[in-house]
Amino acid sequence: MDTKSNPGSASKPGADSKLSFKQRLRDPYFWSDWLVVVAFLLVIVVFGAINPSAFLSIYNLNNILVASAIPAIIVVGQTFTVATAGIDLSVSSILTLGAVIFGICFTKELPVWVCMLGGMLAGMIAGIINGLIISVRKINDFIVTLGMLSIAAGTALVLSNGRPVQIINSGLANVAINEKFGVPYLMYIAFAIVVFSHFLLFHTRFGVHLLAVGGDPDSARAMGVSIVRIKVAVYGISGLLAGFAATLAIARIGAAEPAANTAILLNSVAAVVLGGVSLFGGRATIFGPFVATLLLQALSNGLTIIGVASYYQYISVGIVVILSASLVRNVR
Amino acid sequence: MSTTSLAIECNAVKKSFGNVNALKGATISARPGEVTAIVGDNGAGKTTLIKCIAGVYQPDEGEIRINGESVTFDSPESARVAGIETVYQNLSLVEDLTIWQNLFLNREITKNLGVVKILNRAKMREESEAMLKKLDVYIPSVRSRTRGLSGGQRQAVAICRAVGWGSKVVIMDEPTAALGARETMKVEELIKKMKAQGLAILLISHNFEQVLRLSDHIFVMRQGDVIAGMRTKDTTGDELVALITGSAKRG
Repeated sequence: MDTKSNPGSASKPGADSKLSFKQRLRDPYFWSDWLVVVAFLLVIVVFGAINPSAFLSIYNLNNILVASAIPAIIVVGQTFTVATAGIDLSVSSILTLGAVIFGICFTKELPVWVCMLGGMLAGMIAGIINGLIISVRKINDFIVTLGMLSIAAGTALVLSNGRPVQIINSGLANVAINEKFGVPYLMYIAFAIVVFSHFLLFHTRFGVHLLAVGGDPDSARAMGVSIVRIKVAVYGISGLLAGFAATLAIARIGAAEPAANTAILLNSVAAVVLGGVSLFGGRATIFGPFVATLLLQALSNGLTIIGVASYYQYISVGIVVILSASLVRNVR
Repeated sequence: MSTTSLAIECNAVKKSFGNVNALKGATISARPGEVTAIVGDNGAGKTTLIKCIAGVYQPDEGEIRINGESVTFDSPESARVAGIETVYQNLSLVEDLTIWQNLFLNREITKNLGVVKILNRAKMREESEAMLKKLDVYIPSVRSRTRGLSGGQRQAVAICRAVGWGSKVVIMDEPTAALGARETMKVEELIKKMKAQGLAILLISHNFEQVLRLSDHIFVMRQGDVIAGMRTKDTTGDELVALITGSAKRG
């Protein structure tokens, strides 16, 4: 019963099932779970009202979905790390590193799937290194992944000599451009990852252990849960997803870019906070940050449509992040 | 006393923290189907001793035997594998998880799909309800988060978890210290049931009435030593107080 009703219910089964609607509205957990959905609808309604013909056109909504796909995949990894009371600041550089590895394999005329695996492998290795240093050496997540941010970005520049590689492949282009039933392929891929990750977090042993480590590492350890294994897995997954997202980024741009895309890092942290995941670990949803990703993309898309310069959009995203974090803090 | 009738023995266990000799050679033993109480003032070394038995601390010297076999534990997990469960004062429940998730933490019932271990939630909830039913403490739902439970309910969950896994020795550190009278009574009833099932129970308690009511054997600790051990029927509350404060001696 608890998986059908709302995105947050799986993490607190039955907790609010006996409450009336009015009581639910006063429950802080209800708001931290649903805040993002309300905010998303608000963004759609506001921009839809200001400029319905441009913002609500099929073409534009499709654009929002395309733009959301890659961030949505990165956000899944970020959600896992934050759920263990950590953070992964290296996701954007790992994405760049993955793209550069893809490019190198591509120039050696390896098949596309090998290039893709190369990028994913590079990302996973970087993530596993993150997890090992964090858990075995017990160094703060923030510092380790900040270091990896620089290492991965530097490695990408060294390996590529700072030059982008043009990648022309009809298969990749097809994935990036085409759609089915009005939904772009890229979004199907992202959504499949989201659904699988939800399953992983709430329906597997790994997921329970992950939340236990995030919620109370001492108790988890006392029950024999290996903190090292969970941390390594979580950062490994985050790196793997960033490496996979690199392929989609290449498909979209048509080139392997060695320049880091820092906006995607800020966006991923923003979406996790906005999506109602506790920064103290132990409480998470997968769908919340996913909706938050759509929200952030819709916000910047809408601002562009009503003619706000892109410089201001950075400011707006920053405000949304801080505002949502303080709202969530108030209700807890 | 033949060694085989003992579930657990500690022989001359020593443990120091820097200059502090927390245990100066403690010797105790516990039989299956009995409650063995360890009493003593704060700082007498009770908690250090049980943490050595539970694998939290490693003794500097001395020996621990289970069913006559010498064992060493490098972690609480290895003690648990050997059949020693501990109910700590801070309970070791993850507040963000549900009751059934806590009861089955790291012992989940799963269906394996390759490397992915899928939770059998229905089965675990069902068995969780059965585990809790033994204690007869009201808990609205095994699906609720541990965060919302009262002290007595948490204690019930922690005890059920310790008992539910084929353990031989259950260590209970002040199991009713934070509980009301009614919940204390229920926990004591549960301890009697555990006893009837043949478990060896090591009970640390400051409540002498409770110790006299529940235990079969009592060890008295003072300043890192075990200064007395006797059958509960052979002693009185007054004698225990005298031993603990050091105004009386007994072999």
